[in-house]
Amino acid sequence: MTAATVLSGLLAVEVPYWASAIIKVGIIALVVPTAALVLGYVFLLKMMSFMQSRLGPMEAGPYGTLQLLADGLKFIQKEDIFPAKADRTVFALAPLVVLVSTFLIYVVIPTGPDAVVAQLDVGIFYALAVSSLSVVGILMAGWASANKYALMGGLRAAGQLIAYELPLVLAVMGVVIQAGTLDLQKIVTAQAEGEIFGWGGIGNPFILTQFVGFFIFLVAVQAETTQPPFDMPVAESEIVGGYQVEYTGFRFLFFFMGEFGTAFAFAALAAVLFLGGWALPWGDLTHWGFNIAGPVIMLVKVLAVAALIFWFRFTYPRLREDQLQRLAWKFLIPLSLVNIVVTGIFKVVL
Amino acid sequence: MTAVSADQRQQLAYVATQAADARLNVEIETEGMTLNIGPQHPATHGTLRLVARLDGEQVVEAEPIMGYMHRGYEKLAEVRTYPQVTTLINRIDWLGSFANEVPFILAAEKLMEVEAPPRAQWIRTVLFELSRIANITLFLGDMAVQLGALTPVFMAFRDREFVLNQIEAATGGRFHPNFDRIGGLKDDLPQGWIDDTKQAMEKMRDFCDEFEELVLGNEIFQARSRGIGIVPAEVGLAYGLSGANIRASGVDWDLRRDGHEALAYDQVDWKVWTHPDGDSFARYWVRLQETREATHIVDQLLDGLPSGPIMAKVPRIIKVPAGEAYAATENPLGEMGYYVVSKGDLVPFRVKIRSASFSNISITPWLLKGVYVPDIITILASLYFILGDIDR
Repeated sequence: MTAATVLSGLLAVEVPYWASAIIKVGIIALVVPTAALVLGYVFLLKMMSFMQSRLGPMEAGPYGTLQLLADGLKFIQKEDIFPAKADRTVFALAPLVVLVSTFLIYVVIPTGPDAVVAQLDVGIFYALAVSSLSVVGILMAGWASANKYALMGGLRAAGQLIAYELPLVLAVMGVVIQAGTLDLQKIVTAQAEGEIFGWGGIGNPFILTQFVGFFIFLVAVQAETTQPPFDMPVAESEIVGGYQVEYTGFRFLFFFMGEFGTAFAFAALAAVLFLGGWALPWGDLTHWGFNIAGPVIMLVKVLAVAALIFWFRFTYPRLREDQLQRLAWKFLIPLSLVNIVVTGIFKVVL
Repeated sequence: MTAVSADQRQQLAYVATQAADARLNVEIETEGMTLNIGPQHPATHGTLRLVARLDGEQVVEAEPIMGYMHRGYEKLAEVRTYPQVTTLINRIDWLGSFANEVPFILAAEKLMEVEAPPRAQWIRTVLFELSRIANITLFLGDMAVQLGALTPVFMAFRDREFVLNQIEAATGGRFHPNFDRIGGLKDDLPQGWIDDTKQAMEKMRDFCDEFEELVLGNEIFQARSRGIGIVPAEVGLAYGLSGANIRASGVDWDLRRDGHEALAYDQVDWKVWTHPDGDSFARYWVRLQETREATHIVDQLLDGLPSGPIMAKVPRIIKVPAGEAYAATENPLGEMGYYVVSKGDLVPFRVKIRSASFSNISITPWLLKGVYVPDIITILASLYFILGDIDR
């Protein structure tokens, strides 16, 4: 069952394979920029402004809703500048690599019983693997810019993302043990149909039993998406934007979209892993109506998680690179290992 | 050939091991990198340039290069009459402008042997402290933004407005009041100003309380600033640090209390804050306490404001008798002094401006050795310089 079958069911037409493939690509190509726009508008422009006692953009569209579109148009008009000593091919490719890694995460995120692009048996494993591809793009950008600030930013990003890959994966392991599967779709069902110590009134959203994992996951996501307090790779007050420093115009826009698209994707992953995903604990999960309601439920949960992520972003100062490494290796990884052990014990005992 | 003695052999062996070590070090050593921080860098609040020699992210040596914003005020002051000079020197430390005028006027008053009436002195002191609050408030937000926290700086801008409004109400200028005159002040305070200012001070105290929790209480802020950029008291004194920078190293020295200028500080009950640590955290802490103390000073001064004229008897055309005078006050950034030489003209013959940031920034080569790149920013932010105050 895939999105194509949903469509063929709804429209009562047979959708051939090539058409369904094009539809899927089209949907994702729409979802990523939309997600970036939504997060950018709701949190970066509005929530941040309200926290800082200002209004944010108010002129472009009602309440400034079209501001980001205007910004995007402005970026597209800009001259595409290559630094004189830049490695032109790598410089041009780097934002694409970052953006592609963002696109690839969306492939496995389920938003309904059938509303998923590709249901993989190793869905979460795949999502975490492709998300770390973005490091390659960032490193490429940092190196190819032929700029010392960019190089430092790229190397910081590489060191940081490697350090945080591990807690991220280990935090997810607890969920995987509880659900007994790597398939995101089945993780959702496991939460909706689960029971907490024999009580199934609200299912078993893993945030209740895996709160340690959720905490570690959020911290690691913050570092993965290079947001404060872990924004050393871009660190505007230190290395002036890091790997993005030489980028202008639509390439810079790609980085921006990648950043917010990834934040949205990780918020969606957190919603799927810990908040029950598209499902509600009541009702028939195989009912086709969830394909319509699912995306809405998902959006609510994603925005809730994203609000947390961006709340941290706007309130915390930045750690130093070595302090971040210490936090990752000496605190988060041992903590997540303990979490796995405890989860395992409960799994065996109960 | 002579035989090699045991001593010499030992020496040769030593040389050989040294050479081997050197070879090994050459193999392991990474190539150094020279990083130009500035003149266009967000952390240098203007156009300070810092040439840092880096090993990885560690600073081997760093040298500040200044002069990108040199406006030649000392020279310009020589072709301006005394009342005109205050317009210029308003722009030295542009965040606490009124405080720049006071020491110059005091020096000129010394030369002319006039003294401002008590009411003028008290109002001067009030405005002096208000400009200190306006200045340091911005520092409190700015250092947080240098450390990556975006929000505090907006709160600082928001709450600084209360003080700027009061300065504007009294002087007509938000940033550059140009209000101080030889022998007194341009105008008296407007009606209702005292109550409004007291309310503003109440708000500023709330602001200080908020920042004490929000910024000083933040674990990450502490992790980033504690133990970073430690200035021992004797080193700080040797480099000529002044103001909160030296008080944060435990030196109990404040020109408001220890100076000899005729301001009204001895009429009120207040405290000089010091901190024993000497690190970036201590500098922030001391400045925050001083801001709160300044609100108390203003409150007390306004309560006891004497009545009387605000202008002494001064000729309409100011001709300063020949002589030399130095006056220094405790400005928001540290000791600020003017050495004025007069030849009995309408214009000063020579004005030497001793600005605090120029001396404060001179410690950076000593301080930045061996720190990491992010700590450069912390240290620069915590030393708190203003480019106009460095380059003049």
